[in-house]
Amino acid sequence: MSKVKETAVIISQDKLTEDIYSMWINTRIANEAVPGQFVSVYTKDKTRLLPRPISICETWGSHSLRIVYRIAGEGTKEFSTYKAGDSIDILGPLGNGFPLKNDGPAILIGGGIGIPPMLELAKRLDCDKTIVLGYRNAETFLDKELEEHGRIVIATDDGSAGIKGNVIDAINRTGISGSIIYACGPTPMLKGVKAYALGQGIEAYISMEERMACGVGACLGCVCESVKTDDHSKVNNKRICKDGPVFHVSEVVL
Amino acid sequence: MINGEINMKVNIAGVEFKNPVMVGSGTFGSGMEYSEFVDLNRLGAVVTKGVANIPWPGNPTPRVVETCGGMLNAIGLQNPGIDTFIERDLEFLKDYDTRVIVNVCGKTVEDYLEVVERLSDKAVDMLEINVSCPNVKEGAIAFGQKADALYDITDKIKKVAAQPVIMKLSPNVTDITEMAKAAEAAGADAVSLINTLTAMKIDIHKRTFALANKTGGLSGPAIKPVAVRMVYQVAQSVRIPVIGMGGIANAEDALEFIMAGASAVAVGAMNFHDPYTTLKVIDGIKEYMEKYGINDINELTGCVG
Repeated sequence: MSKVKETAVIISQDKLTEDIYSMWINTRIANEAVPGQFVSVYTKDKTRLLPRPISICETWGSHSLRIVYRIAGEGTKEFSTYKAGDSIDILGPLGNGFPLKNDGPAILIGGGIGIPPMLELAKRLDCDKTIVLGYRNAETFLDKELEEHGRIVIATDDGSAGIKGNVIDAINRTGISGSIIYACGPTPMLKGVKAYALGQGIEAYISMEERMACGVGACLGCVCESVKTDDHSKVNNKRICKDGPVFHVSEVVL
Repeated sequence: MINGEINMKVNIAGVEFKNPVMVGSGTFGSGMEYSEFVDLNRLGAVVTKGVANIPWPGNPTPRVVETCGGMLNAIGLQNPGIDTFIERDLEFLKDYDTRVIVNVCGKTVEDYLEVVERLSDKAVDMLEINVSCPNVKEGAIAFGQKADALYDITDKIKKVAAQPVIMKLSPNVTDITEMAKAAEAAGADAVSLINTLTAMKIDIHKRTFALANKTGGLSGPAIKPVAVRMVYQVAQSVRIPVIGMGGIANAEDALEFIMAGASAVAVGAMNFHDPYTTLKVIDGIKEYMEKYGINDINELTGCVG
C-alpha cells in the first residue's frame, strides 16, 4: 500500500488534558504506518484548506490508528469536537519514521506534543528502554501508557512533577545512559538533544516539524537546512514532510 | 441529448491538449510526488515548478501559512537547477502521455535565456515564463510589472525559444491588460494568469510576521473572483489564448474561468487540499457538458463575452 487519502470513521475521542486530545480512527493507513510517520488531517470547514500534519501515536491491528494532538488553533479545535462515528478526511502514512534498532539500550525523548510518536516506537523497539518525557507542568499525558514499555523519567518546566528542568537536565541528573537516542519535540529541545548526543558520542535520530502545505514533498514549504547538499534539492535543504520528519542528527543544521 | 463523443480537447498555439485541465506551477513539483495519487496521463498538462539555470535555495522558513479560504507562500522559487531538472524531472515525465509545460525563472534575462536554450531540444511542449513570482528579490516579478520590461524579455525569449511561449502574468499591477498586450505585441503565444497576490499575515501571539519573508503570495479560493475578473479582462483585450487559474477547487470554478475566456485552466493551491482535485475537475466539466448538451468544450470558451 502506498499513501492513501480517505474518509475514515472515528472510533473514539478522549480529552487527555486541558488542550490535548486522543482520537482513534478506523483507517487502512494503520496497516503500513511505522513509528515517526504522520498523517495529514483535513478540517470540514472548507475555509481552511491546508491539512494539519499530526504524528501517529500508535496503531492497533490493520485498521486502527491513534493520533494524540494539541489544540493549536481553529483547525485542531474543530477536530476536538468530533465524536465516535463522525467521519474524518485523512491522508497518509507520510514521511519516513524512526529506524528500529534493537541492540539498545535506547533513550526515547519526547517533549510536549512530541511525546505521542514515542508510544508506537516504544511498543515496537525490542530492547532496554528509558523514556524521558518533558512537560510544562504536572498535567501529564501518555506517561502511564508509556510506563508499560520502559523506565519513565519525567521533567517539568515548573517542577510540579518529576525533575524540574528540561529533558536534558533530567538525563544528566538521573545518569541515564544508552547507545541510541530517539527524540521528538520542539526545536530548542532538539538542539539540546543534538548537543548531548554529539557530546556523549551517542547515535541519535530526531523528528522535526515545520509549517507544511502539501505534506507529500511537492511544494517545498517545510524545508530544513541540511549539512550536506541534498541530493533531491541540490541545495542545503531537505523536505521535512518527505525526507523526514525523522533525521539522523548529523544530517541537519539546528 | 448529445450526438457523438464529447470533445474536451483544446488547442493552444498549435499544441493539442487532451483536456483543458492543467496544474499551477509550484503546486505539483514535476508530478512525481502526486503521481502516487493522480494518474498523470489523465491531465491536460503537467506544468512544472519554476526552474532556473542553477540551483536556488529559496527563502527561510516559515514559508507557508494558511489564511481564510487561502494560503500565503514565500517559497522563493527553490529549485534544483536545469541540469538536474533535465536529467531527473523530464526523464520522469517522458513515461506519461500528457503535455509538459516547463515554468522558467531567472534573476536576469540571461538566466532565462540559458534555461530556454537548454530546453530547446528536449521533450517539452511549451514554456511558461515566470515574470510574476512576488517572493524573490531579483528577477521574476521585476520583469512583469512594467509593460516595457515585459515586452523586452518576451521578445528576447521568443527569439531563442524552440517551443511556444506562455507569459505568466502577475495580478500585482495597475492594469493587467497592459501587461497582456505587451506580451502579445512581443510575440508571446499565450498568457497565463493569475500568479499569487502579494499579501501579509501577522502572528499576533509571536508579534511578528507569519512568514520569514514578511510577505508572501496569496492563493486559493479567496482569490478566485479576482482571477476570473482578470481573465475576462485579458481575454477581451488580446487575441492570443489565455490560461486561467486562481483558486480553482472544482469544475464549477473551472467553468467560470473558461466562460470568462480561458482556453485552459490550472488547479493550484487546491492540490494541497485534495490531491484528486484535478481529476474531479476533469470529470465535473464532462458531466456539465453532458447535462447541458455541449459537444465541444471550445463552445464554452469566452461564452459570456
